[in-house]
Amino acid sequence: MFDTALTAGDLWFMMKGAGVTLAITFFAVVGGTLMGVTFGVIRSHVSPWLTLPLVFVLDIFRSVPLLIQLILANAFQAIAGLQISPFTTSCIVLALYTSAYCTEIVRGAIDAVPPVTRRAARSLGLTWGQDMTQVVFPMALRVGLPSWIGLTLGVMKDSALVMWLGIIELLKSSQIIITRLQEPMLILLIAGAIYFALSFPIARLGGHLERKWQEND
Amino acid sequence: MFEYTFQWRQAFRALPQMLEGALVTMQISLLSMVLGITIAVLLAVGRNSKSIWLRAPATTWVEVARNTPALFQIYMAHFGLGSFGIYLSPFVALLAGITFNNAGYLCETFRGALRAIPDTQMRAGRSLGMGPAKAFRLIIAPQMFRIAFLPTTNQMVWAILMTSLGVTVGMNTDLTGVTQALNSRTFRTFELFALAGVIYYCIAKAVMLGARLLAWRLFRY
Repeated sequence: MFDTALTAGDLWFMMKGAGVTLAITFFAVVGGTLMGVTFGVIRSHVSPWLTLPLVFVLDIFRSVPLLIQLILANAFQAIAGLQISPFTTSCIVLALYTSAYCTEIVRGAIDAVPPVTRRAARSLGLTWGQDMTQVVFPMALRVGLPSWIGLTLGVMKDSALVMWLGIIELLKSSQIIITRLQEPMLILLIAGAIYFALSFPIARLGGHLERKWQEND
Repeated sequence: MFEYTFQWRQAFRALPQMLEGALVTMQISLLSMVLGITIAVLLAVGRNSKSIWLRAPATTWVEVARNTPALFQIYMAHFGLGSFGIYLSPFVALLAGITFNNAGYLCETFRGALRAIPDTQMRAGRSLGMGPAKAFRLIIAPQMFRIAFLPTTNQMVWAILMTSLGVTVGMNTDLTGVTQALNSRTFRTFELFALAGVIYYCIAKAVMLGARLLAWRLFRY
């Protein structure tokens, strides 16, 4: 039962898949966070009626399955003749998906800063920009960072869906090896262990930060 | 740029089939939630217990469910169990995968809710002469479900969205599966999946609205 046809080359192939997973996650999270912070600041500063269209659009990304978003985006770029590679398409879709969640995290974090603190900052002569960077940002970071870490890990796990567009990431690479070796349990366990190894330490770090920062409140 | 004519009529002609698929989607997500909540309560009690024999398996379940992709969990049920000669149909594999995932996430929700209930509630129940199980059932559980209600409805929406993963293990009766089957016949990918997306959106919104109404009716006091 412990005999296996798995070679070091196969393991290396899976590692390369894990690299693709990490690359997609990186681009999606960087793009999504930039957009999410922008939208979040807008949402917490502009009146709710004016941001209604933005809220509606972002809500769509959270209420439609990611798989369908990916398929739609890929079909759309083919229809429009944009010639975007599946890799870029998935990065864009995942970035928008991330931004939808990130907006809520940023907005919640900014709203958690008491208005009196901000008024005090402004009355000390700080400009809006100084207030945002030197008062709101450090306080909001403590509220938002644990959820943001959770979001990043969620995006890494959801990035497994890009295999539907033919990208060979971690789960797809293990599926390819399974088709050849017919040892599904072993290979899936290895893939699961890689996902777990990537995700678990960061999840623990997030939990640790959450507990540590709550002590001061 | 656009040298393509959209054929929406074809998509709308497929609407009845897709709505039937939506029913299957609802069925799977509801079943997975009922099973998931049941297992999650047991896991939450297990994780809080003093015995390592209860705590270790519960902790393992939760950490694996939360730190690996849902798609991986469905693959494990569908392909992985094949190594032991257990072959699950796509429906059962999808249900098992989502239930496993739901139970892991809901366990943490319930554990958080349990922590929010003061210890004195349990002690008061015990001092009235109730056994531990009875006190949990009559005093702790109702408060726990009340605190966990909104996170649980969020999990329900995620469960609905997760059912779309079934198509990767050959599920062809749920909404995404039906759409993919129609797609491979007509190649109207964009139109069909756009319609499916709209249906998913409506289901998700309906569930959220229903949950709000239910919460308003249940937790009025």
